[in-house]
Amino acid sequence: MATTEHPTHQPASLSLYFITFGMLMLLTILTIFAGFQNFGMWSTPIALGIAAVKAALVVVIFMHGYSSSPLIWIIILASMFFLTIMLGLMLSDYVSRGWLL
Amino acid sequence: MSAIKETEQDHGQHHHHKDLAHHFDTLEQQHDANTLGMWAFLLTEVLFFGGLFAAYTIYRYKYSAVFEEASNHLDIKLGAINTVILILSSLTMALAVRCSQTGSSLWTGRWLLITIGFGLMFLGVKYFEWKHDYHIHLMPGKDWSGKDWWHWQYAKQAKEMEAHSKGAEHSYPDRNTVPPDNDPKFGVKGIQESQQARLFFLLYFCMTSLHALHMLVGFVLIGIIAYFAYQGAYSPEYYSPVENIGLYWHFVDIVWIFLFPLLYLLGAHMGH
Repeated sequence: MATTEHPTHQPASLSLYFITFGMLMLLTILTIFAGFQNFGMWSTPIALGIAAVKAALVVVIFMHGYSSSPLIWIIILASMFFLTIMLGLMLSDYVSRGWLL
Repeated sequence: MSAIKETEQDHGQHHHHKDLAHHFDTLEQQHDANTLGMWAFLLTEVLFFGGLFAAYTIYRYKYSAVFEEASNHLDIKLGAINTVILILSSLTMALAVRCSQTGSSLWTGRWLLITIGFGLMFLGVKYFEWKHDYHIHLMPGKDWSGKDWWHWQYAKQAKEMEAHSKGAEHSYPDRNTVPPDNDPKFGVKGIQESQQARLFFLLYFCMTSLHALHMLVGFVLIGIIAYFAYQGAYSPEYYSPVENIGLYWHFVDIVWIFLFPLLYLLGAHMGH
């Protein structure tokens, strides 16, 4: 009978969580190290790149993105899409019209 | 009579599992709907924080030199410690969700309480950090007002003196010893730079306190879920509430993952 079906999500292995935690720690050390180097205009893109990798690890492993349905992924990608619109279009305005600020 | 019986049978079928709400066909469907709703909420949260990140982006772009200088006044060590604490709390939250999936109610509750513990440690560090920031007049407001440049210089001077005296509170310089507002050597440019720096700290306090507010809300929600976990309310068939509070907590972690480099590490390469 339909109502006896269990949610199909199997718990991930413990070691996966600990490995993810270890990687997040390594990336934290990496971002601090990178922060003390002078990469000029690349400093912020590098810092944001590392943060994006950390965020992706949290979403995919800790938030179970790896076993989430396509519908959930549409929501995840939509949040990034709308954030990009907000930041991107706004920046294009400020960057192209310097007298605004 | 038979019609009533049929209805009762139907009703009975739909409540086969005690945790299945009336309007869902299966536990699986109910779980998916719960998770989808939580993610939709998190989407609005991304845009909620996004507004502050947008303000930060614009002013960081416009006043990059002063923002780097201003960022240098924050304590990287405390920011890094808090990053570690928060990622640890994310790990314990993930373990709590896993325990609810495997049917270990007791450990679900325990890991949830440990998660709150790490969260409280985070806010404890933040308390001392904010207090220190307030003492060296980085807080926009009454202590940082009018023709501001000398306040900015004052903060710098306080930081230098502190470095010599290992942070004792009485070592902060007397505000009367710093030059007055109308000291001609500061000039218009100095006043402008002070206001730009004040904007950085306004964003710093707004973003970190909105983040902290989310943690406070999280404590209450995690506490409630932990209570029900100890009551044995969750099982491998029904653990959506634990899963959803986990999603919320991991989201709060992700916000901090971006805040840390953007606020604390901006001027690190310039040296302290």
